[in-house]
Amino acid sequence: MKHYTYFPGCSASDGGARAYNRSARAVSRVLDIDLVELEDWNCCGSTPSSAVDELGAHCMAARDLALAEKKGLDMVTPCSACYVIFNRTNAYLKEYPHFKAKVDEALAAGGLAYRGTVRVRHLLDVMTNDISADTLKSRVKKPLSGLKVAPYYGCQVIRPKLGFDSPENPQSLDRLIASLGGEPTPFPLKGRCCGGSLIISEEGLALDLIRKLLESAAGGGAQCLVTVCPLCQTNLDAYQSRVNKKFKAGFNLPVLFFTQLMGVALGLGEEETGLKAGIVPAEKVLAQYI
Amino acid sequence: MEKKTGPEAFLDEICAIPGGEGIKLCIQCGTCTASCPNADKMKHTPSQLIAMARAGMRKEVLSSNAMWYCLSCYLCTVRCPRGIKQTDLMHAFECLAVRDGVSHAGTFTPTMYRSFNHFACALGSLPEVGFMAWFYMLSNPLRALRMFPIAVNLLKRGRLSIRARRLTPEGTSQLRAILDKAETLGGVS
Repeated sequence: MKHYTYFPGCSASDGGARAYNRSARAVSRVLDIDLVELEDWNCCGSTPSSAVDELGAHCMAARDLALAEKKGLDMVTPCSACYVIFNRTNAYLKEYPHFKAKVDEALAAGGLAYRGTVRVRHLLDVMTNDISADTLKSRVKKPLSGLKVAPYYGCQVIRPKLGFDSPENPQSLDRLIASLGGEPTPFPLKGRCCGGSLIISEEGLALDLIRKLLESAAGGGAQCLVTVCPLCQTNLDAYQSRVNKKFKAGFNLPVLFFTQLMGVALGLGEEETGLKAGIVPAEKVLAQYI
Repeated sequence: MEKKTGPEAFLDEICAIPGGEGIKLCIQCGTCTASCPNADKMKHTPSQLIAMARAGMRKEVLSSNAMWYCLSCYLCTVRCPRGIKQTDLMHAFECLAVRDGVSHAGTFTPTMYRSFNHFACALGSLPEVGFMAWFYMLSNPLRALRMFPIAVNLLKRGRLSIRARRLTPEGTSQLRAILDKAETLGGVS
């Protein structure tokens, strides 16, 4: 059994990506990964907050890090945005003493202190590096043979250079799909951005980026996409019909969290995989495996 | 630090923000601009913005829409041959613009970020429905109507919850104490 502090993030915990949280926990149980949710965590501080109140945003991240430090374990998050934010706060605290002094002072007002020792990791890193491909293969009950899957990394899980995969041509998710018996398809834009939160304020701009991604995935022959981020999933799934309308396209690509696909291959049921939460239905594509 | 005037003063302001100091290393090679998925939508490209900042064009830089179109995808950051943290630099510009009271800049992104921050700070977590409703109210209520079909789709699949996740009362007051203190410390510089 491997033990981690778990930070689900707002979207996977109580927002639109609850199927991610549910499937991540279920798959972890099967693979002997113990995810203990960080008690009383708050929002990571997020990219939007750091644009309008940078110190406040870092302090929000620092509170979570200080709480996690008491547990002495790596902190794992399924959200690419939370992952980047925590790592950025960690890096700034090491690099800028003046900044650290301010964060320390703010934390002290809440009776907390942070020494900077928490390693923050993405769930994809854990699933592909702490669990060996052989272990995963040995647990597969329904090999996804014949299933063509576009591995969509998005941006923040591989950038900036946080180390577990290449920022330009990542491979970890490709390998994971292959371990499940599926076929990772060529996907030139697999590390490009989905538009992120700009889907809210600049929808036209984000739809354009989403269209390019869907085109790239479909061009490689994919039957579905897998993502590692709540925001990517929402943008590609919930806005796919809008892309079709705007660009007179006919995309019909289910967008799954990678843990949902793992759940299917590990033989878990709908209760655990939450496939029905997808707006572009996945049942047809996955019919022979579920 | 001695208070400078002219181009130097703006540069000092930028360099005082974590991640901002790299601006002095820029060689104007344009790699960031060539890598940016949104450069064509920006009033000034990332490399132009840097050149303008170094020339002390404070007002022009801080009223540009460029940093608000930054997706934080970090492609420029990993490609910069000078090791500049371009994305962090964009965040530094955003912070300075907010400090100067810029609220629109040709895009509602600053308003959206403010709405997000409002909820994240007040509740300690982000209720997606409340945040989006608040944003549309502040920007363009009519757009909320266009969101209706997407909202219905999400609702049908149990993906929209009105209720926000709440911290314990102790956690809430702890976070409040931390953020109140942070507010008195004069930003990251």
